[in-house]
Amino acid sequence: MPKIKPPVRSPHIDMTPMVDLFSVLLIFLLLTASFRPQEAAPITTPSAVSEKQAPDNDIMTIFISKDGTIFFNFDNGKDTSTHFRSKLLAKMGEQYKITFTPKELDKFGKLASFGLPVKDIKTFINAQDSKERDALQTGIPTDSTDNQLAWWIRSARLTNPFAEVAIKGDGEAQYKVVKKIMDLLQENKVNKFNLVTTLMKEEVTLKDLPK
Amino acid sequence: MAEIIVEEKGKKSGKRRPKKHSTRIDMTPMVDLMCLLITFFMLTTAFSKAKVMVITMPEKDPKDNPKDQPQISAARTLNILLTEGDKIYFYKGMADPKKPPLPALIKSDFSKDGIRKVLLDMNKDLFRKIAEYREKRITGKLVVADSTADNEIKRMKKDDRKGPIVLIKPDEKAKYKDIVNIIDEMAICNIASYAVVDLNTVEKDMVKNAPN
Repeated sequence: MPKIKPPVRSPHIDMTPMVDLFSVLLIFLLLTASFRPQEAAPITTPSAVSEKQAPDNDIMTIFISKDGTIFFNFDNGKDTSTHFRSKLLAKMGEQYKITFTPKELDKFGKLASFGLPVKDIKTFINAQDSKERDALQTGIPTDSTDNQLAWWIRSARLTNPFAEVAIKGDGEAQYKVVKKIMDLLQENKVNKFNLVTTLMKEEVTLKDLPK
Repeated sequence: MAEIIVEEKGKKSGKRRPKKHSTRIDMTPMVDLMCLLITFFMLTTAFSKAKVMVITMPEKDPKDNPKDQPQISAARTLNILLTEGDKIYFYKGMADPKKPPLPALIKSDFSKDGIRKVLLDMNKDLFRKIAEYREKRITGKLVVADSTADNEIKRMKKDDRKGPIVLIKPDEKAKYKDIVNIIDEMAICNIASYAVVDLNTVEKDMVKNAPN
């Protein structure tokens, strides 16, 4: 009997459906993406049940790292043509008698969070790479003699009166640092804070109620 | 580029057929590239936006007289003291050095049977009311908009006259996450009124001498 020969098939697989699928995924990711902003220090926020989402715009964020270093961030506002960040820096420059060129102001507007004394801001803006920048980030001074964070808050409030305040603290940060910042905010008539947390579901039902 | 076709002579056939190419394109490099792009986007995007917990502090006025502060009933007061090493102590009522004996501190923790049990026990009525209201909405017996429901719950909390008034008192050594956890606990247990305040000197001593 002759052997039955299986038909010879090409070893090539049709990749078209795979490409289709990947394109769809890619387009989806591109459209939904909001890039993770660069942060100077890794911060692990504590978890809570709150499901309220953090606002995207009109927000000033105060970062507190594990060791109590303070960083500050301020957004450009819903309408980016308002250039709130540049205006904020110009105000700070006035306060600390530092003049920034329009180019520097513009560049600052595109940067993310920062945590350094005002006098170093110029070097910070003109730094070549992020490594150089990170070396400058020593935290915003909050000593009673030269409370620069207070000025940042005050100027930010004046630049964008609708800005909300978010505090993004590391769970391991000392409470007294947070308290200092909260007191500072209250002095500047901010009484509502958004504490940034990570969602952790926790359910208590009627059954859990002690009798 | 233009090409001059030189007619070859001496060939057997006059017509030259171009070699048939397959119409299929090798998609593998494209797939590779896409894989790479997708991986890149997956790693750089922040899918879930950060959540926030809103707390509102009472306005601070330097002109405020401490005597003008609202008087709260001692029977409803629950003091929660937070200290080093995620420890919680609580006591009910008020610690007044003029009226000894001082209340004893009870140790607790953030577990399910810890401070939550105490809070739920004190806040039974309000918690039941809110939970029943929510259940009615989930089972479909009551159809209202989210905002209406939120307002209703807010009103229930405001009208509450029996639940505890929780004073959260973190000391110098408390960690930020302790505060967040305890405020979160207030949200879980539907506590109507709570405040974050400072420790007074009596309480500082109490924490110092507290049992471990």
